[in-house]
Amino acid sequence: MPVFDDARRAEAREIIARFPQGGERSALVPLLYLVQSIDGHVSREGMREIADLLGITTAEVESVATFYTMLRMHETGRHVVSVCTNVACALVGGNEVYHACVDEAGPGAEEISEDGLLTVHQEECLGVCDFAPVVQLNSANHDRVTPDAARTLIRAVREGLVPEAARGSIAPTSFCEASRILAGLEPLDPDPDPEPDPQEVRA
Amino acid sequence: MTHGEPRVLSAMWDEPDAVGIDGYLARGGYEGLRAAVQMSGQELIELVKTAGLRGRGGAGFPTGVKWSFVPQDTGKPTYLVCNFDESEPGTCNNREIVERTPHLLVEGVVIAARAIGCTHAFIYTRGEYLWQATLLERAVREAEAKGFVGENILGSGSDVKVTVFRGAGAYICGEETALLNSLEGLRGQPRLRPPFPAVEGLYSSPTAVNNVETLANVPLIVARGAEWFASIGTEKSPGTKLFTLSGKVERPGNYEFPMGTTFREVLDAAGGVKEGKGLKAWTPGGSSTPFLTDEHLDVGLDFESVAAAGSLLGTGALQVLDETDCVVEATRRWMEFYAHESCGKCTPCREGTWWMTRVLGRVEQGFGQDRDIPVMEDAGSKILFRSFCALADGAVSPLQSSLKFFRPEYEEHIRLGRCPMSGAPTRDELEEVGA
Repeated sequence: MPVFDDARRAEAREIIARFPQGGERSALVPLLYLVQSIDGHVSREGMREIADLLGITTAEVESVATFYTMLRMHETGRHVVSVCTNVACALVGGNEVYHACVDEAGPGAEEISEDGLLTVHQEECLGVCDFAPVVQLNSANHDRVTPDAARTLIRAVREGLVPEAARGSIAPTSFCEASRILAGLEPLDPDPDPEPDPQEVRA
Repeated sequence: MTHGEPRVLSAMWDEPDAVGIDGYLARGGYEGLRAAVQMSGQELIELVKTAGLRGRGGAGFPTGVKWSFVPQDTGKPTYLVCNFDESEPGTCNNREIVERTPHLLVEGVVIAARAIGCTHAFIYTRGEYLWQATLLERAVREAEAKGFVGENILGSGSDVKVTVFRGAGAYICGEETALLNSLEGLRGQPRLRPPFPAVEGLYSSPTAVNNVETLANVPLIVARGAEWFASIGTEKSPGTKLFTLSGKVERPGNYEFPMGTTFREVLDAAGGVKEGKGLKAWTPGGSSTPFLTDEHLDVGLDFESVAAAGSLLGTGALQVLDETDCVVEATRRWMEFYAHESCGKCTPCREGTWWMTRVLGRVEQGFGQDRDIPVMEDAGSKILFRSFCALADGAVSPLQSSLKFFRPEYEEHIRLGRCPMSGAPTRDELEEVGA
C-alpha cells in the first residue's frame, strides 16, 4: 500500500513545483512533513517514495530526515506536547511545567502514553520567551503555562477537545494535521473517526 | 508596554488590523515599495548604505554593503533569502514583527530582491513558528492579489516571487550557510567559506541572506529616507532595535528603543527585575553572547558599546537572572542546548560541548572537584574559534563569562557539595546523617 495515494501524489508534485528547476531537492523537507502527516512519523516506505519522486537515494532522504528534530523517525502519540525548558522558560517554571506534563500524560509519555494519545517532549527555545513558560500542543502555542494549566491542557486533549491556542494562533487537531500545515498545505477535512485504537497506535 | 521614541518597527503594534493588507495599506504600507520601483537596484543599495543599516541577526554587517557583494552579471539568477530561523535562546522579536505586521517583512523582501536583481525570494521560517509561517503565506497571497508580489510589480516590469519555506527544528540553520543547505534539501550543516553566499549561495548562485528585523527596516528607509534613519540611534549603529526581555523581569516582552539606549532604561521599561530583586547577570543578545552583570547597567545597547563592555549585541535578547538564580545551572542548561544543537561536523564543537555538559552537571549537582574549573577554562579556550561556524563560539560565551564574573559561585558549589543558592544540605551534611 503506497504512502502517497493519487491525491497526495498530486500535492507532492505541487510542493516540488514551489522550487526552481534544478532545485527540486528543496522539496525534501516539506515532502517529509507530508509523509509524517499521513503515517504519523517518517516511515521507511514514505522515504522510498520521496526518493523516487526526487530522483535521489533513500539513504540521502534518511540522512536529511534524521537531522531534524521536528521530523520523527518513530511512532508518536496522536498529540505532541512540546515544553520549552531552555533558560528563559526554566527561570520562570518551565521545568516544573515539563514534569507536570510527563506526570499527567502518564507512563511512557516521553515516547507514547499508554493510551496512544500523547507524546511529551522537552524542547529547546521555542522563540516565545516573552510569554514564558511556553508549551506547544501540536505546534500551537500556549503561553505562560503553569503546572496546573499544563495538566488541564492534557486532560482536555484526552477528552477529545482542541484547546484554543494563545493569541489567535492556529490550533491543529493532531500531530498529523500540524505536519500537514508544516508541509505548506491546507488541513484536510476532519477525520470522521478521530478516536484511535490504542492497540493500533502502539503496534 | 513602554517603548522608546521613535517607534519605527513597532509603530503599528497597537493596531490589530495591521496584520492584514488593508490595515497595513491604511497606515502607509507599501509606500516604500512604491518608491522603490521608481529606483534602480544600484540606487536602492546606495540608499541603504547611506542609511547605515546593519544586520540585526547578530553580526551587524552593513546591509547595503552585503547587497553590493552580490554580482548580477554572472548569467545565473540571484537569490534573496530571508533568515526567519529565529532560534537564539531568548530571542523572539522577529516573531512579533511577523505576527503583527507580516506585510512589513514581505515589503522588505520584495524591495531587497529588487535591489539585488532577484526574481525568486525565500523566507526560511523555523518550523516551530507554524502559525507565523501561515501568516506570512497569507500575506504573500494578499500582496500578490494587489500586485506587490508576483509578475510585473506595480507595472515596473520586474517580477518577484516569494516562497515561504519551513525548517524542521535545528538551531544551526540560523547560520546562513547551514540555512542554505537546509533550503536545498540537505542536512543543515555549515559550508566552508569562501566562497561566501554572495558569490555562491543558494543553488550555487549569488545570494544575499538577511534577517527579518533587517529587512523590516528597509521599506521605512526607502519611504522616509536615509537621513531620517541615520538620525536615530548612534552614529555607527543607526536605527532602533527590538529588544526581547525575558527571564526575571516584571513584564517580559519585545521593546523597541533607539540603538545605544542603556540596558538600565530598557530594563526599567519592562518594570525592572521581577519582584524587585537584585540583578545578577544578563545576556545582551542571547545565550551566545557573554554574560554581563549589574556593573554593566549603563552600557549602551549598540554594537560598539556592548563590544567595548566585553560582550556582543547579538540579537538583542536580554535574558535576566536575579540574585537568587544559579549561574552554574543556567550555564549547564545552555551547554546542553549547544550540545544538542551541534550539527556534529566539527570535533571541538561536537565533543567539547558534550564534555562540558558533564563537567558543568557534576559541579551543579555537588560532585565537582577543584580541578574542574581549570578543566572548563582549558576546554573553553580549545573549543573557541576552532570550528566551521560560530555555534561552538557561542557555547563558550556563557561558560567563559560566568567563570570570569562568578568564579566564587563555582567554587562554592565545589566546596559545599551543593548549590549555594539552594537551602539543600551539603554533601558533608548528607554523609553525617548517613544519607
